[in-house]
Amino acid sequence: MRVYADNAATTAVSPTALEAMLPYLTEKYGNPSSVHSAGQEAAKGLDGARARIAGVLGAEAKEIYFTSGGTEADNWAIQIAMANGAKKNKRHIVSTAFEHHAVLHTLKKAEKNGAEVTLLDVHAEGVVRPEEVAAAIREDTALVTIMYANNEIGTLQPIAEIGKLCREKGVLFHTDAVQAAGHVPIDVVGQNIDMLSLAAHKFHGPKGIGLLYCRGKIPVPVFMEGGAQERGKRGGTENLPAIAGMAAALEEACQNMEIDNRRISRLRDKLIDAVSQIPHSRLNGDRQRRLPGIANFVFEGIEGEGLLLLLDMAGICASSGSACTSGSLDPSHVLLAIGLPHETAHGSLRLSLGAFNTEEEIDHIIKTLPPIVERLREMSPVWERIKKGA
Amino acid sequence: MAYSGAVMDHFANPRNVGTIDDADGVGEVGNAKCGDIMKIYLKIDGNKIQDVKFNTFGCGAAIATSSMATELIKGKSVEDALNLTNKAVIEALDGLPPQKIHCSVLAEEAVKAAIADYYQKNGIAIPEDLKQCTSCCGDCTLH
Repeated sequence: MRVYADNAATTAVSPTALEAMLPYLTEKYGNPSSVHSAGQEAAKGLDGARARIAGVLGAEAKEIYFTSGGTEADNWAIQIAMANGAKKNKRHIVSTAFEHHAVLHTLKKAEKNGAEVTLLDVHAEGVVRPEEVAAAIREDTALVTIMYANNEIGTLQPIAEIGKLCREKGVLFHTDAVQAAGHVPIDVVGQNIDMLSLAAHKFHGPKGIGLLYCRGKIPVPVFMEGGAQERGKRGGTENLPAIAGMAAALEEACQNMEIDNRRISRLRDKLIDAVSQIPHSRLNGDRQRRLPGIANFVFEGIEGEGLLLLLDMAGICASSGSACTSGSLDPSHVLLAIGLPHETAHGSLRLSLGAFNTEEEIDHIIKTLPPIVERLREMSPVWERIKKGA
Repeated sequence: MAYSGAVMDHFANPRNVGTIDDADGVGEVGNAKCGDIMKIYLKIDGNKIQDVKFNTFGCGAAIATSSMATELIKGKSVEDALNLTNKAVIEALDGLPPQKIHCSVLAEEAVKAAIADYYQKNGIAIPEDLKQCTSCCGDCTLH
């Protein structure tokens, strides 16, 4: 049995999304910029996909800019805010300590270009506090960028509250919704979101495609020169098969959201209840305020990579925030941000479920995981000390 | 990153796992903050390593290099064990991914630390090059 429990890394393309893509790889291969009928057929597909996606997000079609994925959208959003802020001498950005590196590294670069960045605490529960966002906003704040849901621990952030307070203070608000889109309801108007990033492959769409939503009134500087595509802001022939796949996947995910979420949350809770029985383990992040599919644990006394390798041998695909899996010396910045000591953060495990996981698979994880943890602990000098109570 | 078959074998079926209660030398290197700790136990008789066991907290490569290092010194003289290099461990494992080289360094250091402990317990002067490094392995660029 192979259990794919790494849906936060990427998901399988759904049959619906694949079916939506195929015509644009075969008979409808025209370039949407071409004048002839083949091109116009493709242009119709592109416009339709954009309109359907906009509809699902509560946006207008002209506010959707297709990108290569979430990382590009995050980069672009921060550039937009920096460019608009600079016109009014605003160079301060508010974010959190546990954003994705697509945001954090872009903010680092922005700092080199004169930005001042405030990274807010996300506390032990892994949730930023709106009152702390409000307190951090200054006269010269150009942007608040806070992820919709954390990619490692799955905690949901109070997006509507933050959106409201940013709108009241007249500050641009961007949210990296890569992990949330297709899994929780999003309404860019109701939630006062100015900019939003998402990527199709996190909700059973194809890889290499995503989008930036940017509210109509916000001036958008050109991101990629060389063409009239994306309202002249991002040149380059559109990846129409992927765009069609993304539109179909997003619509499908949103249509099935309620039923899927009920089922997936129940499986997740079963997993959390069972795994939490392992001694010296804990669930990371707030138990309630989380995505339906993500559960992240730490097991004291062991290191995550060995855990992943043994799980893989038992047919279970998962991920970890340990240093060894990232190729750096430091464990996950997310786990450090919620206050875990380095020692413990090395022993993390993320299990992320999706629409295709079954109860039988969860039972397999529940049965397989404890003896693997036990086996690694048996040979761990750290566990030896924990057992002795040192 | 892909591990060789030998690394996966020594990770999945590690040799010489455990502890020795009446060990003649015990060496521990690394620290939990860095994500790697290796502890090696030696039973030495007549200058020969009669038995060796290890406990390791760390990644797949850390466990595999510990296992291989213990295999390479088992039954050898103390001097031979002291000459074990991280390169010999890497070769015996058919190579390691670049970011995992430090695991082999830790394995070499763990053996040396255990022998240093043995020397100390037996009143033998500890050579200068057996002094231990205390920072995170991988911090330096010596290996």
